[in-house]
Amino acid sequence: MILVTIGTQLPFDRLIKIMDTIAPSLSDRVFAQIGNGEYRPTNIEWQPSIDANEFEGIFEKAKIIVSHAGMGTVLTAQKMKKPIIIFPRSAALGEHRNDHQLATAKQLQERPGVYVAYGETDLKDLLQTDLAGPLATEVEPEGRRKLVGYLKDFIQSA
Amino acid sequence: MTDGKIDTLGRHKRVLAVSSGGGHWEQMMLLSGAFKDAKTTYATTIPGLLQRSKIADGHILPDCNQDQFFASIRCFISCLALVIKQRPDVVISTGAAPGFFCLVAGRLLGAKTIWIDSVANVEKISMSGKMAKYVAVLWLTQWQHLAKPGGPVYAGEVL
Repeated sequence: MILVTIGTQLPFDRLIKIMDTIAPSLSDRVFAQIGNGEYRPTNIEWQPSIDANEFEGIFEKAKIIVSHAGMGTVLTAQKMKKPIIIFPRSAALGEHRNDHQLATAKQLQERPGVYVAYGETDLKDLLQTDLAGPLATEVEPEGRRKLVGYLKDFIQSA
Repeated sequence: MTDGKIDTLGRHKRVLAVSSGGGHWEQMMLLSGAFKDAKTTYATTIPGLLQRSKIADGHILPDCNQDQFFASIRCFISCLALVIKQRPDVVISTGAAPGFFCLVAGRLLGAKTIWIDSVANVEKISMSGKMAKYVAVLWLTQWQHLAKPGGPVYAGEVL
C-alpha cells in the first residue's frame, strides 16, 4: 500500500489530485489522509484524518510514504525504515505561509530512503521505481546523541 | 552537592516538555532521553498523541499560530495555567506557538527555559523561534549554518 499524508494543519489538494490521477497506473493501492481540503478523490481510498493511535499501524503496513515535507512524517518514516517521497508545499500556490518546505526538501534529499518530487511527472517516475528505504542500522545518530547529552547536562545543572 | 553530573539531583528536577502535534512532537520524543531522570510532564496539542507515545498523565493545550489573535490569547492563558500548576524547574519546547507561550510563562515564574528550533527550519529560525530568543535561557538551532556568536547555539540535531 502507498500511504499519502499531508499532515494535520493545512490542506494540500494539489498533491491529492496528482495522486488521484496517477493511482490507476500504479500496481499498489493508495490510501490518503487528505485533511480538510475541498477535493474529493475518486481513484484512491481516503480519510480526512487518521487517529493518532492508528497512524503508526497504518504507517507500518505501507510500502512507500508520499508526504508533504513535514518533519513529523519524515522522522516517522526514518524510524520505521520506510522509503518516503516528499512533495514540498509552495507558498506561491497558497499551500503554506512560507517556502520552508522547499528548503527542508533540499536538505533532506541526500539522505538514504528520502526522495523529493516537485510535480506529477517526478512523482509518477519515482512511484514506478523500486525505491530503497533508509539504512537498516539501529544506532542512534551521532548528532542526536550529542544533543540529548547537552540537554541532560543543562537540565541537571538547572 | 549542586553538581548534578555527580549525584542524582537530576532525578528530582521538574521538567515541562511542550510541543505542538506533528513534527514538533516527534522531535521532542526523540529527545526524551535527556529528561528520563527528571520528573517530566508532557504537553501537546493533538489528543491521542500522548497515548500513542505511552504517556499516562500529559496535558493537551489548545493550538494557535501567530495569525490567530484570540486563539493565541486563549492558548497563552492555558499555558500560563499549566506552568503555574506544574511549577517546573525547566521548560523545554521544540515549537511552536504553545511551546513559546509556556517558555514565556516559565521564565516569568523563574524556570530555566530551553527552545530547540525545529529541524524543519533549515534556512532561517522560525517566527516563534525568533521571539523565543528573549525568553530562552538556552536558545538552540539544529542546523550548524544557522548558529551565530550571540545565539542561536548549535548542539546537535534529531536527524
